[in-house]
Amino acid sequence: MEYQITWFILWGILWAVYFMADGFDFGVGILYPYLGKTDGEKRTIINSIGPVWDGNEVWLVTAGGATFAAFPVVYASMFSYLYSALLIILFALIMRGVAFEFRGKLDGEAWRRGWDWVIFLGSLIPALLFGVAFGNIFQGLPMDRAGYHGSLIGLLNPYGLLTGLLFVTLFIVHGALWTAMKTLGALSARAATLAKNSWVGLLLVAVLFLVNTAFQTNLYRNFLANPIWLVVPAVAVLSLAAIRIYLLKNNYLHSFFASCLAILTVTFTGIIGLYPNLIPSSLDPAYSLTIFNASSSVYTLKIMTVVALLFVPVVIAYQIWVYRVFRGKLVVEEVTKDPEAY
Amino acid sequence: MDVLSLSRLQFAMTAGFHFIFVPLTLGLSILVAWMETLYVRSGDEIYLWMTKFWGKLFLINFALGVVTGLTMEFQFGMNWAEYAKYVGDIFGVPLAIEATVAFFLESTFIGLWIFGWNRVSKKVHAFAIWMVALATNLSALWILLANGWMQHPVGYVIRNGRAEMVDFLAVITSPYGWLKFLHTILSGYVVAAFFVMGIAAWHLLRKSHPVFFRKSFRMAAVFGLASSLLIFGIGDFHAAEVAKTQPTKLAAMESVWETERGVPLYLIVLPDVKNERNAIEFIGIPKVTSYLAYRDFNAEVKGLKAFPAQDRPPVMEVFVSFRLMVMLGTLFLVLSALAVYLSWKGRLEANPLFLRILLYTIPLPYLAAQLGWIVAEVGRQPWIVYGVLRTSDAVSRQIEPSQVMASLIGFGIFYSFLGILDIYLLAKYARKGPLEGPRSKPTPLKEA
Repeated sequence: MEYQITWFILWGILWAVYFMADGFDFGVGILYPYLGKTDGEKRTIINSIGPVWDGNEVWLVTAGGATFAAFPVVYASMFSYLYSALLIILFALIMRGVAFEFRGKLDGEAWRRGWDWVIFLGSLIPALLFGVAFGNIFQGLPMDRAGYHGSLIGLLNPYGLLTGLLFVTLFIVHGALWTAMKTLGALSARAATLAKNSWVGLLLVAVLFLVNTAFQTNLYRNFLANPIWLVVPAVAVLSLAAIRIYLLKNNYLHSFFASCLAILTVTFTGIIGLYPNLIPSSLDPAYSLTIFNASSSVYTLKIMTVVALLFVPVVIAYQIWVYRVFRGKLVVEEVTKDPEAY
Repeated sequence: MDVLSLSRLQFAMTAGFHFIFVPLTLGLSILVAWMETLYVRSGDEIYLWMTKFWGKLFLINFALGVVTGLTMEFQFGMNWAEYAKYVGDIFGVPLAIEATVAFFLESTFIGLWIFGWNRVSKKVHAFAIWMVALATNLSALWILLANGWMQHPVGYVIRNGRAEMVDFLAVITSPYGWLKFLHTILSGYVVAAFFVMGIAAWHLLRKSHPVFFRKSFRMAAVFGLASSLLIFGIGDFHAAEVAKTQPTKLAAMESVWETERGVPLYLIVLPDVKNERNAIEFIGIPKVTSYLAYRDFNAEVKGLKAFPAQDRPPVMEVFVSFRLMVMLGTLFLVLSALAVYLSWKGRLEANPLFLRILLYTIPLPYLAAQLGWIVAEVGRQPWIVYGVLRTSDAVSRQIEPSQVMASLIGFGIFYSFLGILDIYLLAKYARKGPLEGPRSKPTPLKEA
């Protein structure tokens, strides 16, 4: 039983870290065609995430792999029930990954404009759809003895879309802060202004989300039963406020850290609310997929725990090291002169 | 068509497409790392330019290998949900380990390598590409241990209506998995060697940067010869392992219908699947098939007729793919031996015909790798996990044919577009030669 709980927590961490890490490069992908006024500025913004976006995306692969290994029934159900939605995410991620590598390989104006659109859509669509998917999981999927009764259009219900919008605005603020932090001068100032303005939108969407969650989902049940867990959403609210406070002081680094914390705690607010479900059934709780009826054997969970304890700290260590190697701000003139840059 | 056929077609297409990019990544990462190490050790700028030129081609190819891999992971859940439920307790583990130990390493250090030229020391930079090479090969190890388990399941019991792992060590020390791993990475090394030799040959024919491309050629030739030799040895052991664990696949590979002792190896065979016999058997070498399979000239080889028809794989596809693969393997051995010899004697440019042949040989190792996967995967049918779970019982129950048809068409269009783009960019950069990057200024190069 404790192994199921351990893996539920690890499952949550993997998704939360994924949203925190890929979140800012989704935000950057959505914003750069607008923030970058010249090709040099655009390239500077893309190159700011160049060394790290691929490593960020691996958190998704790992979250998927860990779901497969620890909760195979959830993996099988989630991916086959949400077939069409996942396919769209997949196409978007494939195009986006290729676009980063290919955009700078030729010089034509049309070539680059085309890839700008691909990166924009390839960032916006997954951000939105991951939110929609999680919004629907929070509400529960229509599953019973006969299986799944939903459809792609059914996923686009108001609460699902609201969660999607929450993800998009979170990532926009996150990406704007990253850009403000990693660039200089007018570009940095433009990004900071955008972060300030979109923060207001984020606040609005977050309040709407929290209120609707009370009506559309059972997420608050665990918090009412064990009020101690309210610490997590409280930290989420505080870190949202901290984003604004640090922004007004022009401390982009701390503002970005606050935004990281906000994404982690917002995700965990949802994860705690789900427990012990991984995918609740909206039709009959007896058919909910829980950490107990959908998990792998204890033997497998033990092995996976050892693997995670051995390797995840190492991964985090070298990822932090690479972030440190690439710390500091990018200068537009240097990026445009660098033949190795994107 | 039903969900099963459509899903099989989609998996075959996306896996085949993924495996266009992976083999080159496996081998070229090592060659580029070797070049950069030579640069760090000798300080000779020509190795730096070699690293950058072949590294650029490596990166164009690498991006597609990564993103098409994502599709593979998603499909196990999307199209093969019953499979995922039935064997997730075992199969999910190497996949999760692959992500944790290999993908993070690969993606983090490739970022460092691409963008770190002026950020870290030369040694650390070379270390980064070695980490990438290590990680891509580690990734192959874990995914092939997973595939090895599908071919020859070990370390499990059937419990709670599914296969549950009871012996992790048995899964990760499976000889089948390791032989498959070695066979597959070596095929990638051969692909990379012929890729480099072919492009170098194109430039040598045009007398562009002869010193640069002679050096590149020689490294690739040595790498290619070693890999072509090793892949023969490993392939032999691998086939013997198949004989031991998958008798139906072996029978299909050799098109053996009757169970007999001392089975000869016929050089020319034409299977007649309908009548369960061979229409033509020509030039037999006595007892060799028995020997290759069981290391015993008089060993009994089980024929296809010993198995019920519903347990046999499609014979023609497996037989033809296997024959072709072995023939191609032999060709690579001969060509790489010649390549090493001519390059050693400094007589490459004196043999333009040979260089031209090498240019046109570039696609053949790719073809051999695809054929190998056809033998492995079609030869395992009708099972998805040999002897444990049939492919027809593994497909998702909750998806509609229209959904899979749409995704199949989507992948078809989308992958064709990416494939064309990739080949276009590869050809463009391969032609440009070492000094003409998109924005880099030509720097004087020592033609020492």
